[in-house]
Amino acid sequence: MSDHSMDDIKSHVKVYMLVFASLAVLTVVTVAASYMDLSSGEAIFLALIIATIKGSLVASYFMHLISEKALITWILMITFVFFFILMFIPTIAFFDWVNIS
Amino acid sequence: MEIPYTVEERPDTGLINSKLGIWLFLASEVMLFGGLFSAYVFLRLGAPDGAFHEWGQELNVPLATLNTLILISSSVTMVMSWASLKMNDFKKFKMYMGITLLCSVGFLVIKYIEYTSKFHHGIFPSTNTFMAIYFTLTGLHGLHIIGGMIVNGFLMGPGSKMWKTEPEHFTNRIEIAGLYWHFVDLVWIFLFPVLYLL
Repeated sequence: MSDHSMDDIKSHVKVYMLVFASLAVLTVVTVAASYMDLSSGEAIFLALIIATIKGSLVASYFMHLISEKALITWILMITFVFFFILMFIPTIAFFDWVNIS
Repeated sequence: MEIPYTVEERPDTGLINSKLGIWLFLASEVMLFGGLFSAYVFLRLGAPDGAFHEWGQELNVPLATLNTLILISSSVTMVMSWASLKMNDFKKFKMYMGITLLCSVGFLVIKYIEYTSKFHHGIFPSTNTFMAIYFTLTGLHGLHIIGGMIVNGFLMGPGSKMWKTEPEHFTNRIEIAGLYWHFVDLVWIFLFPVLYLL
């Protein structure tokens, strides 16, 4: 990112402030949503959606992923494949593979 | 021996070495926290119906919301400290980095208040599986905050001498430290709803 001109950075700063405001608003929204009368499935879905939006904002703008080199995008895509596998491992434990019971 | 490609991009990767390095490290961090998130799912599925939610009611949502806002603010000031260097404003860099460090201290103070109030009420990691994963996840995250504070403190203090001799290299160091700091913020963005709200 060494090729940025001063004006570039100034417009970046505006974006950072917008992202900051969005993150603050989404934090309030996610807390408010938790007080709504939702089923636990709906609540989990909504909370994870909001967290994912917030996380993407941080990654895209603060971490500059939106204008980052392809190599890093590739590393992260592979990471997320493994991450999702990791998330699904626990559910395997709840299938009765050999019909013990 | 000097570290190569701290300012110039390496031709084959198109990146400075430190940036590739930090992203690979962060990828490993995703898996470290991922393993614990996976443990959370496992424990939640294994707990009696609704018990996990019930056990989580002991946590202080207003304090955690405040902490979320503090951490988000520190992410903004961190990126602003980098932007200040890009605009050749060393004083502003120091100011923003200072605020970032203050926010980190604030976060840890609130975390300390939360932890001690749990202990006073006789709630420990051994109380139930929710508290076990709560203390593990927030404890590991807290250690990451402390690690970031050490690096940021160094870069604001003695490490900032580099600005006079190698400004571009120093600016890159701030960007790399920032990437780590934003990651710590990102982890909290997921920890907060998962532990406090669900």
